[in-house]
Amino acid sequence: MNEHTGISAGFRKNRVSDIILYILIYLSASLSVIILAAIIIYVFFKGIHSVNLSFLTSVTSVLKGTVGIAGNIVNTLIIIILTMIIATPVGVGAAIYLNEYAKPGKLVNLILFATETLSGIPSIIFGLFGMMFFGQTLGLGYSLLTGSLTLILMVLPLITRNTQEALKTVPESYRQGAVGLGAGKWYTIRTILLPSSMPGIITGVILAIGRIVGESAALLFTAGSAKALPKTIAGLFPKIFQSGGTMTVQLYLSATSEGDFDTAFGVAVVLLILVFLINLGTKKLAAKYDVTRKK
Amino acid sequence: MKKKAKMNAVELTAKYIFTICAVLAIFAVCSITVYMIAKGTPALKSVGVLKLLFETEWKPTASEPAYGILYIILTSIVGTAASVLIGVPVGLLTAVFLTEVADKRLAAVVSPAVELLAAIPSVIYGLLGLMLLNPFMYKLEKIFFANSDTHQFTGGSNLISAIIVLAIMILPTVVNVSASSIQAVSPSLRAASLALGASKIQTIFKVTVPAAKSGIMTGVVLGIGRALGEAMAINMVAGGSVNLPLPFNSVRFLTTQLVSEMGYAEGIHRQVLFTVGLVLYIFIMIINLILQKLRKETDEDE
Repeated sequence: MNEHTGISAGFRKNRVSDIILYILIYLSASLSVIILAAIIIYVFFKGIHSVNLSFLTSVTSVLKGTVGIAGNIVNTLIIIILTMIIATPVGVGAAIYLNEYAKPGKLVNLILFATETLSGIPSIIFGLFGMMFFGQTLGLGYSLLTGSLTLILMVLPLITRNTQEALKTVPESYRQGAVGLGAGKWYTIRTILLPSSMPGIITGVILAIGRIVGESAALLFTAGSAKALPKTIAGLFPKIFQSGGTMTVQLYLSATSEGDFDTAFGVAVVLLILVFLINLGTKKLAAKYDVTRKK
Repeated sequence: MKKKAKMNAVELTAKYIFTICAVLAIFAVCSITVYMIAKGTPALKSVGVLKLLFETEWKPTASEPAYGILYIILTSIVGTAASVLIGVPVGLLTAVFLTEVADKRLAAVVSPAVELLAAIPSVIYGLLGLMLLNPFMYKLEKIFFANSDTHQFTGGSNLISAIIVLAIMILPTVVNVSASSIQAVSPSLRAASLALGASKIQTIFKVTVPAAKSGIMTGVVLGIGRALGEAMAINMVAGGSVNLPLPFNSVRFLTTQLVSEMGYAEGIHRQVLFTVGLVLYIFIMIINLILQKLRKETDEDE
Protein backbone atom coordinates (compact mmCIF):
# COMPACT_ATOMS: atom_id res chain seq x y z
CA MET A 1 0.00 0.00 0.00
CA ASN A 2 2.76 2.43 0.97
CA GLU A 3 4.76 1.69 -2.16
CA HIS A 4 1.76 2.37 -4.27
CA THR A 5 1.22 5.73 -2.60
CA GLY A 6 4.82 6.67 -3.24
CA ILE A 7 4.50 5.99 -6.95
CA SER A 8 1.18 7.68 -7.49
CA ALA A 9 2.16 10.62 -5.33
CA GLY A 10 5.19 11.02 -7.54
CA PHE A 11 2.99 11.91 -10.51
CA ARG A 12 0.75 14.33 -8.65
CA LYS A 13 1.46 18.01 -8.76
CA ASN A 14 0.14 18.59 -5.21
CA ARG A 15 2.77 16.37 -3.71
CA VAL A 16 3.78 18.98 -1.16
CA SER A 17 0.29 19.21 0.28
CA ASP A 18 0.22 15.41 0.50
CA ILE A 19 3.40 15.43 2.52
CA ILE A 20 2.13 18.21 4.78
CA LEU A 21 -1.08 16.27 5.42
CA TYR A 22 0.91 13.11 6.20
CA ILE A 23 2.97 15.08 8.70
CA LEU A 24 -0.19 16.49 10.30
CA ILE A 25 -1.74 13.03 10.51
CA TYR A 26 1.33 11.56 12.19
CA LEU A 27 1.60 14.53 14.54
CA SER A 28 -2.06 14.25 15.58
CA ALA A 29 -1.80 10.53 16.16
CA SER A 30 1.39 10.85 18.19
CA LEU A 31 -0.23 13.55 20.32
CA SER A 32 -2.57 11.07 22.05
CA VAL A 33 0.37 8.77 22.82
CA ILE A 34 2.54 11.62 24.07
CA ILE A 35 -0.21 13.06 26.28
CA LEU A 36 -0.98 9.66 27.77
CA ALA A 37 2.69 8.92 28.41
CA ALA A 38 3.17 12.36 29.96
CA ILE A 39 0.17 11.87 32.26
CA ILE A 40 1.32 8.44 33.42
CA ILE A 41 4.95 9.44 33.95
CA TYR A 42 4.12 12.69 35.73
CA VAL A 43 1.46 11.20 38.01
CA PHE A 44 3.68 8.26 39.01
CA PHE A 45 6.72 10.50 39.44
CA LYS A 46 4.83 12.85 41.76
CA GLY A 47 2.63 10.34 43.53
CA ILE A 48 4.32 6.99 43.88
CA HIS A 49 6.23 8.01 47.03
CA SER A 50 2.93 8.72 48.84
CA VAL A 51 1.53 5.29 48.08
CA ASN A 52 2.44 2.67 50.65
CA LEU A 53 0.64 0.24 52.90
CA SER A 54 -0.31 2.80 55.54
CA PHE A 55 -1.61 5.19 52.83
CA LEU A 56 -4.02 2.48 51.71
CA THR A 57 -5.00 1.19 55.14
CA SER A 58 -5.30 4.25 57.38
CA VAL A 59 -7.36 7.41 57.53
CA THR A 60 -5.85 10.89 57.46
CA SER A 61 -5.79 12.14 61.03
CA VAL A 62 -3.87 15.01 62.58
CA LEU A 63 -4.17 13.42 66.02
CA LYS A 64 -2.59 10.12 65.04
CA GLY A 65 -0.33 11.77 62.48
CA THR A 66 -1.42 9.39 59.73
CA VAL A 67 -2.11 10.11 56.07
CA GLY A 68 -4.32 7.65 54.26
CA ILE A 69 -7.32 7.04 52.07
CA ALA A 70 -8.74 3.83 53.53
CA GLY A 71 -12.04 5.56 54.26
CA ASN A 72 -12.31 6.78 50.68
CA ILE A 73 -11.51 3.33 49.32
CA VAL A 74 -14.26 1.79 51.47
CA ASN A 75 -16.72 4.52 50.40
CA THR A 76 -15.90 3.87 46.74
CA LEU A 77 -16.46 0.13 47.22
CA ILE A 78 -19.79 0.64 49.02
CA ILE A 79 -21.02 2.96 46.27
CA ILE A 80 -19.95 0.50 43.55
CA ILE A 81 -21.74 -2.39 45.26
CA LEU A 82 -24.94 -0.45 46.06
CA THR A 83 -25.14 0.98 42.57
CA MET A 84 -24.46 -2.23 40.69
CA ILE A 85 -26.81 -4.36 42.85
CA ILE A 86 -29.71 -2.29 41.53
CA ALA A 87 -28.43 -1.04 38.17
CA THR A 88 -27.41 -4.47 36.84
CA PRO A 89 -30.78 -6.26 37.10
CA VAL A 90 -32.73 -3.20 35.98
CA GLY A 91 -30.42 -2.50 33.04
CA VAL A 92 -30.41 -6.13 31.95
CA GLY A 93 -34.18 -6.31 32.41
CA ALA A 94 -34.67 -3.26 30.23
CA ALA A 95 -32.49 -4.79 27.51
CA ILE A 96 -34.45 -8.06 27.70
CA TYR A 97 -37.71 -6.16 27.31
CA LEU A 98 -36.39 -4.19 24.34
CA ASN A 99 -34.92 -7.20 22.54
CA GLU A 100 -37.22 -10.08 23.46
CA TYR A 101 -40.66 -8.71 24.31
CA ALA A 102 -41.22 -5.34 22.74
CA LYS A 103 -42.77 -4.92 19.33
CA PRO A 104 -41.53 -1.92 17.36
CA GLY A 105 -43.76 1.04 18.11
CA LYS A 106 -44.16 4.23 20.06
CA LEU A 107 -43.27 2.79 23.47
CA VAL A 108 -40.02 1.24 22.24
CA ASN A 109 -39.03 4.44 20.45
CA LEU A 110 -39.75 6.39 23.61
CA ILE A 111 -37.67 4.01 25.75
CA LEU A 112 -34.77 4.14 23.28
CA PHE A 113 -35.02 7.93 23.16
CA ALA A 114 -35.02 8.13 26.96
CA THR A 115 -32.03 5.79 27.24
CA GLU A 116 -30.06 7.83 24.68
CA THR A 117 -30.98 11.03 26.48
CA LEU A 118 -29.90 9.62 29.85
CA SER A 119 -26.50 8.68 28.44
CA GLY A 120 -26.08 12.24 27.12
CA ILE A 121 -26.83 14.03 30.37
CA PRO A 122 -23.63 15.30 32.04
CA SER A 123 -22.81 14.05 35.51
CA ILE A 124 -23.12 17.47 37.13
CA ILE A 125 -26.83 17.49 36.17
CA PHE A 126 -27.25 14.02 37.67
CA GLY A 127 -25.58 15.38 40.78
CA LEU A 128 -27.97 18.32 40.92
CA PHE A 129 -31.01 16.10 40.41
CA GLY A 130 -29.76 13.53 42.94
CA MET A 131 -29.24 16.24 45.52
CA MET A 132 -32.74 17.66 44.97
CA PHE A 133 -34.70 14.42 44.58
CA PHE A 134 -32.96 11.74 46.65
CA GLY A 135 -31.25 14.12 49.06
CA GLN A 136 -34.02 16.63 49.77
CA THR A 137 -37.37 15.29 48.55
CA LEU A 138 -36.74 11.76 49.84
CA GLY A 139 -34.81 13.12 52.82
CA LEU A 140 -31.70 10.96 52.40
CA GLY A 141 -29.39 13.96 52.72
CA TYR A 142 -25.70 13.67 51.88
CA SER A 143 -25.19 9.92 52.01
CA LEU A 144 -23.63 7.03 50.18
CA LEU A 145 -27.16 5.86 49.38
CA THR A 146 -28.06 9.18 47.74
CA GLY A 147 -24.86 8.95 45.71
CA SER A 148 -25.59 5.39 44.64
CA LEU A 149 -29.18 6.10 43.64
CA THR A 150 -27.92 9.00 41.52
CA LEU A 151 -25.25 6.86 39.87
CA ILE A 152 -27.80 4.14 39.06
CA LEU A 153 -29.50 6.53 36.64
CA MET A 154 -26.13 7.38 35.15
CA VAL A 155 -24.85 3.85 34.47
CA LEU A 156 -28.20 2.33 33.47
CA PRO A 157 -27.86 3.15 29.74
CA LEU A 158 -24.37 1.61 29.70
CA ILE A 159 -25.62 -1.74 30.99
CA THR A 160 -28.77 -1.73 28.87
CA ARG A 161 -26.82 -1.02 25.69
CA ASN A 162 -24.14 -3.65 26.30
CA THR A 163 -26.74 -6.29 27.18
CA GLN A 164 -28.75 -5.42 24.08
CA GLU A 165 -25.67 -5.83 21.88
CA ALA A 166 -24.99 -9.20 23.50
CA LEU A 167 -28.60 -10.38 23.09
CA LYS A 168 -28.49 -9.41 19.42
CA THR A 169 -25.58 -11.79 18.83
CA VAL A 170 -27.48 -14.81 20.21
CA PRO A 171 -28.58 -16.69 17.08
CA GLU A 172 -32.30 -16.67 16.33
CA SER A 173 -32.17 -20.47 16.01
CA TYR A 174 -31.52 -20.77 19.78
CA ARG A 175 -34.82 -19.03 20.47
CA GLN A 176 -36.70 -21.06 17.88
CA GLY A 177 -35.18 -24.26 19.21
CA ALA A 178 -36.30 -23.45 22.74
CA VAL A 179 -39.83 -22.58 21.61
CA GLY A 180 -39.93 -25.76 19.53
CA LEU A 181 -39.07 -27.80 22.62
CA GLY A 182 -41.98 -26.19 24.45
CA ALA A 183 -40.03 -23.77 26.64
CA GLY A 184 -41.77 -20.59 27.74
CA LYS A 185 -40.24 -17.20 27.10
CA TRP A 186 -39.04 -16.66 30.66
CA TYR A 187 -37.56 -20.17 30.72
CA THR A 188 -35.75 -19.47 27.44
CA ILE A 189 -34.40 -16.18 28.75
CA ARG A 190 -33.24 -17.72 32.01
CA THR A 191 -31.60 -20.84 30.64
CA ILE A 192 -30.46 -19.85 27.16
CA LEU A 193 -30.38 -16.13 26.42
CA LEU A 194 -28.88 -14.84 29.67
CA PRO A 195 -26.06 -17.42 29.83
CA SER A 196 -25.15 -16.85 26.18
CA SER A 197 -25.04 -13.10 26.61
CA MET A 198 -23.15 -13.18 29.92
CA PRO A 199 -19.83 -11.85 28.52
CA GLY A 200 -21.65 -8.79 27.13
CA ILE A 201 -23.44 -8.21 30.41
CA ILE A 202 -20.20 -8.51 32.38
CA THR A 203 -18.49 -6.08 29.99
CA GLY A 204 -21.29 -3.59 30.66
CA VAL A 205 -20.92 -4.07 34.41
CA ILE A 206 -17.15 -3.56 34.32
CA LEU A 207 -17.53 -0.44 32.18
CA ALA A 208 -20.10 0.87 34.65
CA ILE A 209 -17.73 0.21 37.56
CA GLY A 210 -15.06 2.12 35.66
CA ARG A 211 -17.39 5.08 35.32
CA ILE A 212 -18.24 5.00 39.02
CA VAL A 213 -14.56 4.88 39.99
CA GLY A 214 -13.84 7.96 37.87
CA GLU A 215 -16.98 9.88 38.76
CA SER A 216 -16.80 13.00 40.87
CA ALA A 217 -19.22 15.73 39.79
CA ALA A 218 -22.31 13.59 40.43
CA LEU A 219 -21.07 12.59 43.89
CA LEU A 220 -19.86 15.89 45.33
CA PHE A 221 -23.40 17.08 46.20
CA THR A 222 -24.98 13.67 46.79
CA ALA A 223 -22.53 11.51 48.70
CA GLY A 224 -20.54 14.33 50.26
CA SER A 225 -16.92 14.12 51.32
CA ALA A 226 -16.56 12.45 54.74
CA LYS A 227 -13.58 10.12 54.98
CA ALA A 228 -14.05 8.36 58.32
CA LEU A 229 -13.72 4.60 58.37
CA PRO A 230 -16.41 2.55 60.14
CA LYS A 231 -14.92 1.02 63.30
CA THR A 232 -16.43 -2.43 62.85
CA ILE A 233 -17.77 -4.54 60.00
CA ALA A 234 -21.27 -4.03 61.44
CA GLY A 235 -20.64 -0.30 61.13
CA LEU A 236 -20.68 -0.68 57.34
CA PHE A 237 -24.46 -0.78 57.16
CA PRO A 238 -25.30 2.51 58.92
CA LYS A 239 -22.47 3.99 56.83
CA ILE A 240 -24.84 3.79 53.86
CA PHE A 241 -26.94 6.57 55.35
CA GLN A 242 -23.95 8.75 56.15
CA SER A 243 -21.87 11.06 54.03
CA GLY A 244 -18.79 9.59 52.39
CA GLY A 245 -16.35 10.82 49.76
CA THR A 246 -14.99 8.49 47.09
CA MET A 247 -11.35 8.55 45.97
CA THR A 248 -12.02 11.02 43.15
CA VAL A 249 -13.84 13.42 45.46
CA GLN A 250 -10.93 13.18 47.90
CA LEU A 251 -8.48 13.92 45.07
CA TYR A 252 -10.50 16.99 44.13
CA LEU A 253 -10.64 18.29 47.70
CA SER A 254 -6.96 17.53 48.34
CA ALA A 255 -5.94 19.43 45.22
CA THR A 256 -8.22 22.42 45.82
CA SER A 257 -9.48 23.39 49.27
CA GLU A 258 -7.04 21.27 51.30
CA GLY A 259 -3.99 22.04 49.19
CA ASP A 260 -2.45 18.65 50.02
CA PHE A 261 -0.85 17.65 46.72
CA ASP A 262 0.96 14.60 48.12
CA THR A 263 -2.37 12.98 48.91
CA ALA A 264 -3.86 14.19 45.61
CA PHE A 265 -1.10 12.56 43.55
CA GLY A 266 -1.20 9.45 45.74
CA VAL A 267 -4.90 9.04 44.99
CA ALA A 268 -4.21 9.77 41.32
CA VAL A 269 -1.71 6.88 41.18
CA VAL A 270 -4.23 4.49 42.74
CA LEU A 271 -6.98 5.70 40.38
CA LEU A 272 -4.81 5.37 37.28
CA ILE A 273 -3.85 1.80 38.19
CA LEU A 274 -7.53 0.96 38.83
CA VAL A 275 -8.90 2.39 35.57
CA PHE A 276 -6.11 0.77 33.55
CA LEU A 277 -6.87 -2.60 35.14
CA ILE A 278 -10.58 -2.13 34.39
CA ASN A 279 -9.76 -1.23 30.79
CA LEU A 280 -7.57 -4.32 30.48
CA GLY A 281 -10.36 -6.46 31.95
CA THR A 282 -12.97 -5.34 29.42
CA LYS A 283 -10.47 -5.88 26.59
CA LYS A 284 -9.62 -9.40 27.70
CA LEU A 285 -13.30 -10.17 27.98
CA ALA A 286 -14.10 -8.74 24.56
CA ALA A 287 -11.30 -10.79 23.00
CA LYS A 288 -12.58 -13.95 24.65
CA TYR A 289 -16.07 -13.14 23.51
CA ASP A 290 -14.91 -12.80 19.90
CA VAL A 291 -13.27 -16.25 19.97
CA THR A 292 -16.41 -17.96 21.23
CA ARG A 293 -18.38 -16.24 18.52
CA LYS A 294 -16.06 -17.46 15.79
CA LYS A 295 -16.52 -21.05 16.94
CA MET B 1 -54.11 -27.62 33.62
CA LYS B 2 -53.07 -26.16 36.96
CA LYS B 3 -49.41 -26.31 36.00
CA LYS B 4 -50.11 -24.37 32.85
CA ALA B 5 -51.92 -21.62 34.75
CA LYS B 6 -48.97 -21.33 37.09
CA MET B 7 -46.59 -21.12 34.18
CA ASN B 8 -48.65 -18.38 32.62
CA ALA B 9 -48.53 -16.42 35.86
CA VAL B 10 -44.75 -16.70 35.95
CA GLU B 11 -44.48 -15.70 32.30
CA LEU B 12 -46.73 -12.69 32.85
CA THR B 13 -44.88 -11.56 35.97
CA ALA B 14 -41.56 -11.80 34.13
CA LYS B 15 -42.94 -9.75 31.28
CA TYR B 16 -44.27 -7.05 33.60
CA ILE B 17 -41.03 -6.82 35.54
CA PHE B 18 -38.99 -6.43 32.35
CA THR B 19 -41.40 -3.80 31.07
CA ILE B 20 -41.07 -1.82 34.30
CA CYS B 21 -37.26 -1.99 34.04
CA ALA B 22 -37.42 -0.57 30.52
CA VAL B 23 -39.96 2.13 31.31
CA LEU B 24 -37.78 3.32 34.22
CA ALA B 25 -35.55 5.19 31.74
CA ILE B 26 -38.55 7.24 30.55
CA PHE B 27 -39.53 7.88 34.14
CA ALA B 28 -36.00 9.02 35.00
CA VAL B 29 -35.73 11.45 32.09
CA CYS B 30 -39.19 12.88 32.88
CA SER B 31 -38.44 13.41 36.57
CA ILE B 32 -35.07 15.00 35.84
CA THR B 33 -36.72 17.38 33.36
CA VAL B 34 -39.56 18.24 35.73
CA TYR B 35 -37.16 18.87 38.61
CA MET B 36 -34.79 20.99 36.55
CA ILE B 37 -37.68 23.17 35.36
CA ALA B 38 -39.42 23.35 38.74
CA LYS B 39 -36.23 24.36 40.56
CA GLY B 40 -34.76 26.46 37.78
CA THR B 41 -37.64 28.81 37.03
CA PRO B 42 -38.39 30.51 40.41
CA ALA B 43 -35.26 32.68 40.14
CA LEU B 44 -36.44 33.89 36.74
CA LYS B 45 -39.38 35.42 38.57
CA SER B 46 -37.67 36.64 41.73
CA VAL B 47 -34.68 38.18 39.95
CA GLY B 48 -36.27 38.89 36.58
CA VAL B 49 -35.53 37.19 33.27
CA LEU B 50 -33.62 40.12 31.78
CA LYS B 51 -31.62 40.89 34.92
CA LEU B 52 -30.67 37.24 35.25
CA LEU B 53 -29.88 36.17 31.71
CA PHE B 54 -28.67 39.38 30.10
CA GLU B 55 -26.79 41.18 32.85
CA THR B 56 -23.11 40.58 33.38
CA GLU B 57 -22.56 41.47 37.02
CA TRP B 58 -22.35 38.54 39.43
CA LYS B 59 -22.34 39.54 43.11
CA PRO B 60 -24.49 36.98 44.89
CA THR B 61 -23.30 37.74 48.40
CA ALA B 62 -23.07 41.55 48.22
CA SER B 63 -25.47 43.70 50.24
CA GLU B 64 -27.10 44.69 46.95
CA PRO B 65 -26.75 41.41 45.14
CA ALA B 66 -26.55 41.12 41.34
CA TYR B 67 -27.23 37.84 39.59
CA GLY B 68 -26.30 38.38 35.94
CA ILE B 69 -25.13 35.13 34.35
CA LEU B 70 -24.52 36.31 30.77
CA TYR B 71 -20.71 36.01 31.08
CA ILE B 72 -21.10 32.50 32.46
CA ILE B 73 -23.25 31.45 29.51
CA LEU B 74 -20.84 33.11 27.06
CA THR B 75 -17.87 31.39 28.70
CA SER B 76 -19.49 27.99 28.27
CA ILE B 77 -20.22 28.70 24.61
CA VAL B 78 -16.80 30.16 23.80
CA GLY B 79 -14.90 27.52 25.78
CA THR B 80 -16.81 24.66 24.18
CA ALA B 81 -16.47 26.09 20.67
CA ALA B 82 -12.73 26.66 21.01
CA SER B 83 -12.05 23.22 22.47
CA VAL B 84 -14.04 21.63 19.65
CA LEU B 85 -12.12 23.69 17.08
CA ILE B 86 -8.87 22.25 18.46
CA GLY B 87 -10.06 18.77 19.39
CA VAL B 88 -11.97 17.90 16.22
CA PRO B 89 -9.18 18.36 13.62
CA VAL B 90 -6.68 16.50 15.80
CA GLY B 91 -9.23 13.78 16.53
CA LEU B 92 -10.26 13.43 12.89
CA LEU B 93 -6.64 13.17 11.72
CA THR B 94 -5.98 10.58 14.43
CA ALA B 95 -9.00 8.62 13.21
CA VAL B 96 -7.67 8.83 9.64
CA PHE B 97 -4.31 7.60 10.92
CA LEU B 98 -5.87 4.63 12.69
CA THR B 99 -8.12 3.55 9.82
CA GLU B 100 -6.26 4.54 6.64
CA VAL B 101 -2.59 5.22 7.26
CA ALA B 102 -1.17 3.21 10.15
CA ASP B 103 0.10 -0.33 9.83
CA LYS B 104 -1.03 -2.79 12.47
CA ARG B 105 1.96 -2.22 14.72
CA LEU B 106 1.51 1.54 14.98
CA ALA B 107 -2.27 1.29 15.35
CA ALA B 108 -1.69 -1.15 18.21
CA VAL B 109 0.10 1.66 20.06
CA VAL B 110 -2.15 4.60 19.24
CA SER B 111 -5.53 2.90 19.59
CA PRO B 112 -5.08 1.74 23.22
CA ALA B 113 -3.59 5.13 24.08
CA VAL B 114 -6.78 6.82 22.90
CA GLU B 115 -8.90 4.34 24.87
CA LEU B 116 -6.92 4.94 28.04
CA LEU B 117 -7.21 8.72 27.62
CA ALA B 118 -10.99 8.21 27.69
CA ALA B 119 -10.74 6.15 30.87
CA ILE B 120 -8.75 8.67 32.92
CA PRO B 121 -10.98 10.34 35.56
CA SER B 122 -11.62 14.02 34.97
CA VAL B 123 -10.18 15.05 38.34
CA ILE B 124 -6.80 13.73 37.19
CA TYR B 125 -6.95 15.96 34.11
CA GLY B 126 -7.80 18.81 36.45
CA LEU B 127 -4.91 18.00 38.78
CA LEU B 128 -2.42 17.92 35.91
CA GLY B 129 -3.83 21.12 34.42
CA LEU B 130 -3.39 22.76 37.80
CA MET B 131 0.19 21.58 38.20
CA LEU B 132 1.48 21.87 34.61
CA LEU B 133 -0.70 24.17 32.50
CA ASN B 134 -1.41 26.92 35.01
CA PRO B 135 2.24 27.70 35.90
CA PHE B 136 3.06 27.79 32.17
CA MET B 137 0.15 30.13 31.51
CA TYR B 138 1.28 32.34 34.37
CA LYS B 139 4.66 32.73 32.67
CA LEU B 140 2.96 33.72 29.42
CA GLU B 141 0.68 36.06 31.31
CA LYS B 142 3.64 37.84 32.89
CA ILE B 143 5.19 38.35 29.46
CA PHE B 144 2.04 39.51 27.66
CA PHE B 145 0.68 41.80 30.32
CA ALA B 146 3.95 43.15 31.70
CA ASN B 147 2.99 46.73 30.89
CA SER B 148 -0.76 46.47 31.39
CA ASP B 149 -2.42 48.43 34.18
CA THR B 150 -5.87 46.96 33.73
CA HIS B 151 -5.16 43.23 33.58
CA GLN B 152 -6.00 41.24 36.68
CA PHE B 153 -3.34 38.58 37.13
CA THR B 154 -4.79 35.12 37.58
CA GLY B 155 -1.75 33.01 38.36
CA GLY B 156 -2.42 31.11 35.15
CA SER B 157 -5.93 29.92 35.96
CA ASN B 158 -7.59 31.07 32.78
CA LEU B 159 -9.80 30.28 29.82
CA ILE B 160 -6.96 28.89 27.66
CA SER B 161 -6.04 26.31 30.31
CA ALA B 162 -9.66 25.17 30.42
CA ILE B 163 -9.87 25.01 26.62
CA ILE B 164 -6.73 22.87 26.37
CA VAL B 165 -7.98 20.47 29.05
CA LEU B 166 -11.38 20.22 27.33
CA ALA B 167 -9.80 19.65 23.92
CA ILE B 168 -7.80 16.71 25.30
CA MET B 169 -10.85 15.30 27.08
CA ILE B 170 -13.07 15.28 23.97
CA LEU B 171 -10.33 13.80 21.77
CA PRO B 172 -11.17 10.10 22.45
CA THR B 173 -14.87 10.66 21.68
CA VAL B 174 -14.10 12.30 18.34
CA VAL B 175 -11.47 9.70 17.42
CA ASN B 176 -13.63 6.67 18.23
CA VAL B 177 -16.81 7.82 16.51
CA SER B 178 -14.98 9.16 13.44
CA ALA B 179 -12.83 6.03 13.13
CA SER B 180 -15.79 3.70 13.14
CA SER B 181 -17.66 5.77 10.57
CA ILE B 182 -14.58 5.98 8.30
CA GLN B 183 -14.20 2.22 8.64
CA ALA B 184 -17.79 1.77 7.50
CA VAL B 185 -17.12 3.51 4.16
CA SER B 186 -17.34 0.96 1.36
CA PRO B 187 -13.89 -0.17 0.11
CA SER B 188 -15.13 0.09 -3.48
CA LEU B 189 -15.27 3.89 -3.14
CA ARG B 190 -11.61 3.97 -2.15
CA ALA B 191 -10.68 1.52 -4.88
CA ALA B 192 -12.49 3.60 -7.51
CA SER B 193 -10.73 6.76 -6.42
CA LEU B 194 -7.30 5.13 -6.39
CA ALA B 195 -7.98 3.56 -9.80
CA LEU B 196 -8.76 7.00 -11.22
CA GLY B 197 -5.25 8.03 -10.26
CA ALA B 198 -5.93 9.95 -7.07
CA SER B 199 -3.20 9.72 -4.47
CA LYS B 200 -3.89 8.08 -1.17
CA ILE B 201 -4.17 11.42 0.63
CA GLN B 202 -6.52 12.75 -2.04
CA THR B 203 -8.64 9.64 -1.70
CA ILE B 204 -8.78 10.02 2.07
CA PHE B 205 -9.75 13.68 2.13
CA LYS B 206 -11.81 13.93 -1.06
CA VAL B 207 -13.60 10.57 -0.99
CA THR B 208 -13.42 8.62 2.26
CA VAL B 209 -13.84 11.41 4.80
CA PRO B 210 -16.70 13.12 2.91
CA ALA B 211 -18.44 9.76 2.64
CA ALA B 212 -18.19 9.36 6.41
CA LYS B 213 -19.47 12.90 6.96
CA SER B 214 -22.61 12.17 8.97
CA GLY B 215 -20.77 9.78 11.29
CA ILE B 216 -18.02 12.32 11.85
CA MET B 217 -20.65 14.98 12.58
CA THR B 218 -22.07 12.65 15.23
CA GLY B 219 -18.61 12.54 16.81
CA VAL B 220 -18.35 16.31 16.74
CA VAL B 221 -21.75 16.81 18.38
CA LEU B 222 -20.92 14.18 21.02
CA GLY B 223 -17.71 16.09 21.66
CA ILE B 224 -19.64 19.34 22.04
CA GLY B 225 -21.91 17.65 24.58
CA ARG B 226 -18.96 16.31 26.55
CA ALA B 227 -17.17 19.65 26.60
CA LEU B 228 -20.32 21.50 27.62
CA GLY B 229 -21.01 19.11 30.50
CA GLU B 230 -17.49 18.73 31.87
CA ALA B 231 -17.24 20.21 35.34
CA MET B 232 -14.54 19.05 37.72
CA ALA B 233 -11.45 19.23 35.52
CA ILE B 234 -12.08 22.74 34.25
CA ASN B 235 -13.16 23.92 37.68
CA MET B 236 -9.63 23.19 38.83
CA VAL B 237 -7.89 25.11 36.02
CA ALA B 238 -10.20 27.95 34.95
CA GLY B 239 -9.97 30.17 38.00
CA GLY B 240 -12.94 31.40 39.95
CA SER B 241 -14.22 34.79 38.89
CA VAL B 242 -17.08 35.62 36.57
CA ASN B 243 -15.48 37.42 33.63
CA LEU B 244 -15.80 38.04 29.93
CA PRO B 245 -14.37 34.92 28.21
CA LEU B 246 -11.05 36.37 27.06
CA PRO B 247 -8.07 33.99 26.79
CA PHE B 248 -6.17 35.17 29.85
CA ASN B 249 -9.18 35.92 32.06
CA SER B 250 -10.13 33.84 35.03
CA VAL B 251 -13.58 32.52 34.07
CA ARG B 252 -16.62 30.59 35.26
CA PHE B 253 -18.44 28.02 33.10
CA LEU B 254 -22.07 26.97 33.69
CA THR B 255 -20.78 23.72 35.17
CA THR B 256 -18.01 25.20 37.31
CA GLN B 257 -20.42 27.77 38.68
CA LEU B 258 -22.49 24.89 40.05
CA VAL B 259 -19.52 22.94 41.41
CA SER B 260 -17.96 25.83 43.26
CA GLU B 261 -21.01 27.58 44.74
CA MET B 262 -23.68 24.90 45.23
CA GLY B 263 -22.06 23.82 48.49
CA TYR B 264 -22.74 27.06 50.37
CA ALA B 265 -25.35 29.03 48.38
CA GLU B 266 -28.61 29.94 50.09
CA GLY B 267 -31.86 31.71 49.27
CA ILE B 268 -32.05 33.51 45.95
CA HIS B 269 -28.38 32.71 45.25
CA ARG B 270 -29.26 28.99 45.39
CA GLN B 271 -32.32 29.54 43.17
CA VAL B 272 -30.13 31.28 40.60
CA LEU B 273 -27.69 28.37 40.63
CA PHE B 274 -30.60 26.06 39.78
CA THR B 275 -31.37 28.38 36.87
CA VAL B 276 -27.74 28.01 35.77
CA GLY B 277 -28.36 24.24 35.89
CA LEU B 278 -31.52 24.66 33.83
CA VAL B 279 -29.68 26.69 31.17
CA LEU B 280 -27.05 23.93 30.97
CA TYR B 281 -29.79 21.29 30.79
CA ILE B 282 -31.50 23.10 27.90
CA PHE B 283 -28.19 23.30 25.99
CA ILE B 284 -27.60 19.59 26.58
CA MET B 285 -31.14 18.69 25.48
CA ILE B 286 -30.67 20.62 22.22
CA ILE B 287 -27.39 18.75 21.63
CA ASN B 288 -29.16 15.45 22.39
CA LEU B 289 -31.93 16.17 19.89
CA ILE B 290 -29.42 17.07 17.16
CA LEU B 291 -27.53 13.88 17.99
CA GLN B 292 -30.57 11.65 17.68
CA LYS B 293 -31.46 13.26 14.37
CA LEU B 294 -27.92 12.71 13.08
CA ARG B 295 -27.99 9.08 14.21
CA LYS B 296 -31.22 8.51 12.31
CA GLU B 297 -29.66 10.01 9.18
CA THR B 298 -26.58 7.80 9.57
CA ASP B 299 -28.80 4.74 9.93
CA GLU B 300 -30.69 5.67 6.79
CA ASP B 301 -27.45 6.16 4.89
CA GLU B 302 -26.31 2.65 5.67
